[in-house]
Amino acid sequence: MASYHAVIIGGGGTGAAVAHDLTLRGLKVTLVERGEVTSGTTGRHHGLLHSGARYAVKDKESAVECIEENTILRRIAPGSFELNDGLFVAISEEEEAYSKDLIEGCRECGIPVKQLTREEALRLEPRLNPDLRMAVQVPDATMDAMRMPLRFFATAKANGADIRPFTEVVDFIKRGNAVSAIRVRDHRSEKDYEITGDIFINATGPWSGKIADMVGVEVPIRPSPGVMLAVYGRLSNMVINHLHQSGDGDIIVPQRGLSVIGTSSWVVEDPDNLGLPEEHIQMMVDKGSTLIPAVRQAKFRAAWSAARPLIGPRGADTGRELSRTFKCFDHVDEGVEGFVTITGGKAATLRGMAETTANMVCQKLGHDVPAPPARQSYYRIRPTTPKETRSND
Amino acid sequence: MTEKTVQLKVMRYKQGQSSPTYQTFPVTVNENTTVLVALTDIRRDQDSSLSLRHSCHHASCGTCGMRINGEEQLACVVKVLDLGTDTVVVEPLNNAPLLTDLVVNMEPFYDRFNTAGLPFIRESEFLPDAEVAEGIENYMRCENCIECGLCVSACPIMGSDPEYYGPAALAAVNRVVEEPRGLETESLLDWVDNQKGCWRCHVAYECSEVCPSGVDPGGHIMALRRQLTRRRFSRLLGG
Repeated sequence: MASYHAVIIGGGGTGAAVAHDLTLRGLKVTLVERGEVTSGTTGRHHGLLHSGARYAVKDKESAVECIEENTILRRIAPGSFELNDGLFVAISEEEEAYSKDLIEGCRECGIPVKQLTREEALRLEPRLNPDLRMAVQVPDATMDAMRMPLRFFATAKANGADIRPFTEVVDFIKRGNAVSAIRVRDHRSEKDYEITGDIFINATGPWSGKIADMVGVEVPIRPSPGVMLAVYGRLSNMVINHLHQSGDGDIIVPQRGLSVIGTSSWVVEDPDNLGLPEEHIQMMVDKGSTLIPAVRQAKFRAAWSAARPLIGPRGADTGRELSRTFKCFDHVDEGVEGFVTITGGKAATLRGMAETTANMVCQKLGHDVPAPPARQSYYRIRPTTPKETRSND
Repeated sequence: MTEKTVQLKVMRYKQGQSSPTYQTFPVTVNENTTVLVALTDIRRDQDSSLSLRHSCHHASCGTCGMRINGEEQLACVVKVLDLGTDTVVVEPLNNAPLLTDLVVNMEPFYDRFNTAGLPFIRESEFLPDAEVAEGIENYMRCENCIECGLCVSACPIMGSDPEYYGPAALAAVNRVVEEPRGLETESLLDWVDNQKGCWRCHVAYECSEVCPSGVDPGGHIMALRRQLTRRRFSRLLGG
């Protein structure tokens, strides 16, 4: 008999949420992560709890996912977000005209919007480019990219999941056409051992293609990095977006005493080798200062790259054309049992991704329990040892 | 962009080993390469067993604290070439149990921090002249302290007295006293009013020196002492 019902590979937000969901459904779960949890894309993203407005015109499926999950996460994980809303700022006449599409798109997707005049916007955010023509307020929020998923880890762990950081998959072991075990290396001791399971879940985001290669199946993943720049100073309280079709350097997310400007988009083969193009850092300064001119004088704190796990065919070159929605793959279609992949999506939709994955996993295992209610009490953000009482701080 | 090869002398330790060793890796870096990226490059290209903690890459999560050339820093915001040394020595934080390589066990640190009970979200103090958007009660933001443990590693008392609560927890207590937001402060003041708490500090201010978030734990400890002194006087006077 296998040691676990479900073995999750990948300790990012998606893996955390899948571990949490499956544990609530009564399964015995373990999760392996080659480094510290949230050390891949999860911790490094922009820190934006999307309202979905950014996708409301061109990618309605993603927009609807975002606003649904945004609403649920605010309810189940209070204290994980700076409830600061977001502004979409129109600077040119063309952008002002585009605001009609944005507002209409948001209404179609169920995203609350409020149109603000130039003066109203400047009263809320005095450092905005004074040339702005109008703005649209939406329920974006700042999230702590690491601590929000840590709540899912802490809760899963308290409910019995075995979370194994610094544990890297080195091989997959098959029995017939089914994956039956993984061989892992514990990097704390450099010792290898095996973990048996009924089903193996690839939740490695931009690395999911590499993991799928080890199993001999295909995941159409395009690791698509973007550059972000953090500057000293909280230049706004709300998330500031450029009101136009998605482009580079058009979002400023305030985080603690920093402002984070992002991002750009290109496509790489190896998610471990993203690089940090110098011209992209300068582009963040240039584009960011069209929204908030003080970006140009702000002191540099950090610049980094993070890879999105976009789903798309080989040949996509900028990543901008690819949808931000997620997809769960059952590799039985390629003749491999006991192995599924969840990828794509966004940090803001981690809970929904997990629910979809858990539904597929339970169906495959013949484990007939209903999905847990979306509202669960969560552990507080801080503890890695969840011996404290539950709280909804 | 200039490229240069620098030697990273990294402390190594795997469980079962009798004591840590040092291993030197040559790394090609440019002006933008941080110590963190240099370490992950080593892991990718030279030694996949090198273990470290990292997450946000911009000094917002607090996971990549380590000692770089002997000083507590977040590896994600230290550029290798800015250090100006041909060999860069990288070691794990002090005053926390070593798990492997550059990874220490943060659980005792978090446990003390939890006793302080500091909420993660605080009132935003910026833009006092701005209005608050409709639908938002008031702007909130994350606390400055990112729980990285640099102050605890740098504190000269922590090494000799494991009972001492340390600068991070004491600063957190003072934040609650400053902005209680419904939390009870008297029992917290009782918790720190002793030789494990804020009277143990020797006022070296190493904690404030190394804090990457401008928290000034040393200042918070002094503020707690003032608060406790006031409390004693008011009790003496029956207030």
